[in-house]
Amino acid sequence: MKQPLASVIPNFVIAPMAFISGACVMTIEMLGARILSPYFGGSLSVWGSIITIFMLALSVGYLIGGRLSSRSPNPVTYACFFIGAAVFSLPVILLADAIMEPIFLTIIDPRYGSLVASVLLFFIPTAILGMISPYSVRLMVSSEEDSGRMAGLLFFVSTVGSALGTLGTSFYFVLWWEVNEILWGATASLILAAGIILVTNYLVNGPNLKRTQRHEKQA
Amino acid sequence: MRNKLKLLIAQFTLLLLVALTGAGLVSAETIHEEKSKYRDITVTQVGDRRCLLFNVHRGDRNQTCMLVNDRDNLVFDYTRMSFAGLLLNGDPQNILVIGLGGGSIPMAFSDLYPQAKIDVIEVDEAVVRVAKEFFYFEETDNMTAIVDDGRPFIKRAGLRGIKYDYIVLDAFSGDYIPEHMLTREFLEEVKKIMTDDSVLVANTFSTSRLYDHESVTYQRAFNEFFNFKLPSSGNRIIITQLDPLPPRGELVTEARRLAESLGKYGVPLLDYTRRLSTTVDWDMSRRELTDQYSPGNLLQAQ
Repeated sequence: MKQPLASVIPNFVIAPMAFISGACVMTIEMLGARILSPYFGGSLSVWGSIITIFMLALSVGYLIGGRLSSRSPNPVTYACFFIGAAVFSLPVILLADAIMEPIFLTIIDPRYGSLVASVLLFFIPTAILGMISPYSVRLMVSSEEDSGRMAGLLFFVSTVGSALGTLGTSFYFVLWWEVNEILWGATASLILAAGIILVTNYLVNGPNLKRTQRHEKQA
Repeated sequence: MRNKLKLLIAQFTLLLLVALTGAGLVSAETIHEEKSKYRDITVTQVGDRRCLLFNVHRGDRNQTCMLVNDRDNLVFDYTRMSFAGLLLNGDPQNILVIGLGGGSIPMAFSDLYPQAKIDVIEVDEAVVRVAKEFFYFEETDNMTAIVDDGRPFIKRAGLRGIKYDYIVLDAFSGDYIPEHMLTREFLEEVKKIMTDDSVLVANTFSTSRLYDHESVTYQRAFNEFFNFKLPSSGNRIIITQLDPLPPRGELVTEARRLAESLGKYGVPLLDYTRRLSTTVDWDMSRRELTDQYSPGNLLQAQ
């Protein structure tokens, strides 16, 4: 059945959420090199591993997020992406050493060691963050004519978020806070984003998720 | 007439030769340039002074020089200062040098202690190649250059129970020491490859805010260290060991014993004994550098 094009929560709420997810992706990526360097060094190949895995994870996330957006898109699922990304970021904070140590011991070549470590630490949270972009587009689009404009706006906002996440982390955050404190900050902002989405959904659509879908059908 | 012409040609040739040599002596001639994975490498020569420069366009000062006709002579203060660790361990058998550069430190060690086993760790294979091609660095049965990052190398050596009795930390990336080799956790890993007889010699800078942070970190890891600075040098050398530091008298005795063998490298060991200080001249309230907090390059800029 063809889904009607409808916005379920206001675009001015969705856009800042995409900004947060963009910023979080790059904050975690910038810290990735710092997290891996005690085990795999600071060589160019370590950066190569991190960027490769982030790009792959994002691409998979885009694909899955796009597919999910075609099946009754709703703010609750959208909020779940943020919660999921936050939850799967926790191993980076809590289990990084436990995950990297056996890899360091079994894989001598730091290129492949850092690649495997990047997969285990960063793939899942980054892929989930990647799902947010296409899903945001779907939630923001209310008609076919403005779908391109909305996609453009969304990429603009989330990429500016990425740029500022990169700059903030590498210029200032590492000077002010510890790596894990910054990661807790990123996790907290993802949870905050999920909270804002759920509260907005409640205010706009009422407590019942089904009403959201009915609201869509009416539109 | 013919003779006159010959004379003229001879005079002209002589003039040209003088002019060319003169020019060569005055301006540095770039004899090699390459972009490696990590940096721009430039080799210049002025007269018989040949220098290795990294990122010359950015004006970085980390470099090494060699006199091609007097190769034993260590040109820079910091290179000579790296041998002050011999005052604590005058007979090293297993030497580890992190950061190759032009190879002057490991080559002098190899010359001084031909029977000692020397491992040199260099992250950039291009630097190893350039050191071999332009700075007469040679691997021997006892001296090996290993292309690896210093930190994982030391971590792995620690897990394998390998020990070194003279460790020189001289790794510099673009701006400064790589941030993951400034942290408390790294120093704890270094301690694992040291024995009671081992000495650690770390080459750092004495300017910038980072000086305080580094000093606090080394102090927490080793309790105390010799702070070695020369008025002529912007470098500060940290010299320490696992045991408490020896009294000055012992250093002087050791310096007298070793002075002669180090003379040809231009290392004034006896003078150095007066320069090794244990006085705290840094801000002890500064934050320790850890794997969680190590903004080395940002602090270096301040």
